[in-house]
Amino acid sequence: MENTNDSMLDVFLFETEQLIGQLEECILNSERAGGYSEDSVHEIFRIMHTIKGSASMMMYQNIASLAHAMEDLFYYIRDEKPVDLSYIVLTDLILEGIDYIKVEVEKIKNEDDLDGNFSELIHRIEAYLNELKDMTKLKTDCNTENTESSCEGNYYSNDAEEESRGIYQSIIFFEEGCEMENIRAFGLIHHLKPKVNEMFFLPEDIIENDKCTEVIRKDGLQLYFKTWLEEAEVYEFFYQTAFVKMVELNKIEDSIDLYKLYCQNTGKQEVSGNVNLTIEYEEAAKEEQDGKQTLRRENKERTDKESRPANVQQSIISVNVAKLDKLMDLVGEMVIAEAMVVQNSDLKGLVLDNFYKAARQLNKITDEIQDTVMSIRMVPLAATFHKMQRVVRDMCKKLGKEVTLSIQGEDTEVDKNIIEHISDPLMHLVRNALDHGIELPEERMAKGKEAAGTLTLEAKNAGSDVVVIVRDDGKGLSREKIIGKAKENGLLVKGEAEYTDKEVYGLIFLPGFSTKEKVSEFSGRGVGMDVVVKNIEVVGGSVSVDSSADKGSAITLKIPLTLAIIDGMNIKVGEACYTLPTISVKEFFRPMEKDIITDPQGNEIIMVRGQCYPILRLYEVFKVNNAHKSYEEGVIIMIEQEEKTVCIFADELLGQQQVVVKALPEYIRRIRKINGLSGCTLLGDGNISLILDIAGIVNNYF
Amino acid sequence: MQEIREEDIELEEDTQKGRFLTFSLGKETYGLEIRYVTEIIGIQSITEIPELPEYVRGIINLRGKIIPVMDVRLRFKKEPRDYNDRTCIIVVDIGELSIGLIVDSVSEVLSIDDKDMVEPPKLNKGYQNRYIKNIGKVGTEVKLLLDCEKLLTEIEVEDLKESL
Repeated sequence: MENTNDSMLDVFLFETEQLIGQLEECILNSERAGGYSEDSVHEIFRIMHTIKGSASMMMYQNIASLAHAMEDLFYYIRDEKPVDLSYIVLTDLILEGIDYIKVEVEKIKNEDDLDGNFSELIHRIEAYLNELKDMTKLKTDCNTENTESSCEGNYYSNDAEEESRGIYQSIIFFEEGCEMENIRAFGLIHHLKPKVNEMFFLPEDIIENDKCTEVIRKDGLQLYFKTWLEEAEVYEFFYQTAFVKMVELNKIEDSIDLYKLYCQNTGKQEVSGNVNLTIEYEEAAKEEQDGKQTLRRENKERTDKESRPANVQQSIISVNVAKLDKLMDLVGEMVIAEAMVVQNSDLKGLVLDNFYKAARQLNKITDEIQDTVMSIRMVPLAATFHKMQRVVRDMCKKLGKEVTLSIQGEDTEVDKNIIEHISDPLMHLVRNALDHGIELPEERMAKGKEAAGTLTLEAKNAGSDVVVIVRDDGKGLSREKIIGKAKENGLLVKGEAEYTDKEVYGLIFLPGFSTKEKVSEFSGRGVGMDVVVKNIEVVGGSVSVDSSADKGSAITLKIPLTLAIIDGMNIKVGEACYTLPTISVKEFFRPMEKDIITDPQGNEIIMVRGQCYPILRLYEVFKVNNAHKSYEEGVIIMIEQEEKTVCIFADELLGQQQVVVKALPEYIRRIRKINGLSGCTLLGDGNISLILDIAGIVNNYF
Repeated sequence: MQEIREEDIELEEDTQKGRFLTFSLGKETYGLEIRYVTEIIGIQSITEIPELPEYVRGIINLRGKIIPVMDVRLRFKKEPRDYNDRTCIIVVDIGELSIGLIVDSVSEVLSIDDKDMVEPPKLNKGYQNRYIKNIGKVGTEVKLLLDCEKLLTEIEVEDLKESL
């Protein structure tokens, strides 16, 4: 029983998180577009409705009632389409609601007490809804005052008693620089309404669409109307209106049907008779009155609709990650077991053609299984990247900066475990870039850049790594400031002038670099870049930074595609066996004593094809006894890591094998992080091999 | 939290209460609460890991599970001794951690009543006593009963001090 509850809870959390993600994205997109499209209003409504439903099923009343309030709000917006909606207020309100739900969901996950108090926010949402309702009512009242009137779009007819005397077409120009032409036009039309039998105007949506202002400025406001007034009276009316500069008034043929003309002009389907319109209008009003009933009916329809796409998506199932982890482990065991069989020492010296044929077949299949299991665990970075949109938006608002977020390569896939590890560092980097990197709009203008900064999140595959780049076009890192700070904190190990730019930028990753001088809401709290580095190192990745003054800086995260299984090259040093990732091995060879040069400090260098490389004796690094010390007996392996090339000296090569990366036991990790080792693995004969951390070795010793 | 968990285990495994696995290091006999012990294996090849305290000898492959091994002799600052066919690895599970303890030899499983246990004398010098929870009396012999959790967790503190 408990189990089913748990899985239901899992599903609830999973769904809610997904929905909230969708919702957030939808809202941010709408914000960028400058308004809510009908589709997005529908989507928001639907999402809120779903969250409400599932939350109340799981008895999370807080979430349910909050979602309900938001649902109400969007129900109203969807059906009434209030004209003067303040998108900013609305967006803030909804985002706040999303945050509340997020926090609550997090609490549920951690099994904390649900003590969030939503009533205040709910009240605000309700208050806003009431405000909206009041406003629309006012307008409706306004419209209904002109009794027996009907309007569709901007076509307006008035069953006045006066006999019409003629149909006019007029173009009205407003004075230059009077601003808000659309509002003035609206006012004019409003005042004209009681004086006409029928009328319509172009452009159509003068209030909703800001672009109309431009059109009116250029081409004037076109009015078509049928009225009982004399021409002179019409002129007089127009010139009384404030800011009207010029009026063109043409009488057109009496016989023409103004409604038909309207339809032609706007490309609308002609509705036969005005009566219909009136009925529709009344119905809408009625619907609002017994809103609750319709709500229920609508909801039913909605749920019907929602269930339909689910059928389409049935080819996708969601699986518990723990099961995948288990599967991954098993595949790992299988790879080891296969090696145990094929490389069994009992087989040595036997001629077994058929056996090896079968073994190759087995190998092919295990490879394929491994790839498939791996691909199951691969998740695109899109969701992680899109989360940043919210961060960017919120920070821009708070800091008064203008930043466009550009996302590239969001389809790039990485292991699920890795995603979890990079999402926090990524957020940190984005915040840093916004807070310290990108300047205020005025500053940018002064430097001759565009007022809006650009933050680029880019992901791409590079060999067995995924590269994620956070790039901004801000002011870049300042060499002087970094050196100054590093000096204060005693982080400099050599003379200032000896540092290359790249090394200087690298200083920001050192623990203790953050000076905590300026604590803002977003950064500078002392959890600095070293935390980012640590997080990335946990998954075997590396971080580097590049920057140029006033052009911006770029931080590059290099992360392995997957953690679990790598192609490894086994080498032997003394009794010990080590594994190198094959990908970093460039070549190996038996060195000649004469190629090796020792410098005055005792560092050994080898000359290969005219290039010098440092040599690292592995037995010295790991303090192994009984290793070959003379170069003639051993082998040199040239490895490459991030443009650095190093030669490693070992006793012998054992061969190549796919190895399953296992972490060192927790107990040992607790004692200390061991430099140069990234984990261990089991060999075919059951012995343990230690996996070398090439990046660690290279960075530690060179 | 720790106490609660201990209580839980005690309730569950009442039959194991008061039972100790005894092993010898030199001439002393030590006791280990049996609920921590998962198995006893003979000595096998150990993969050394650099940069660790001397008493952590390395890691072993226990049927696909990789666990660290600790030489209890070295842990207690005794003379090292070569491993022979009497040498055993006692695999203990403490909380999340699995670790192998290398001892000279394993003796037997004993029941020791609470009334036969006395607290170790408080000494100010040396830390050895910290790992002794109680001293058990069995007949005329004395068994030093180890505090398994301290044996593992105190390493961190100590090691941190060393590295500082």
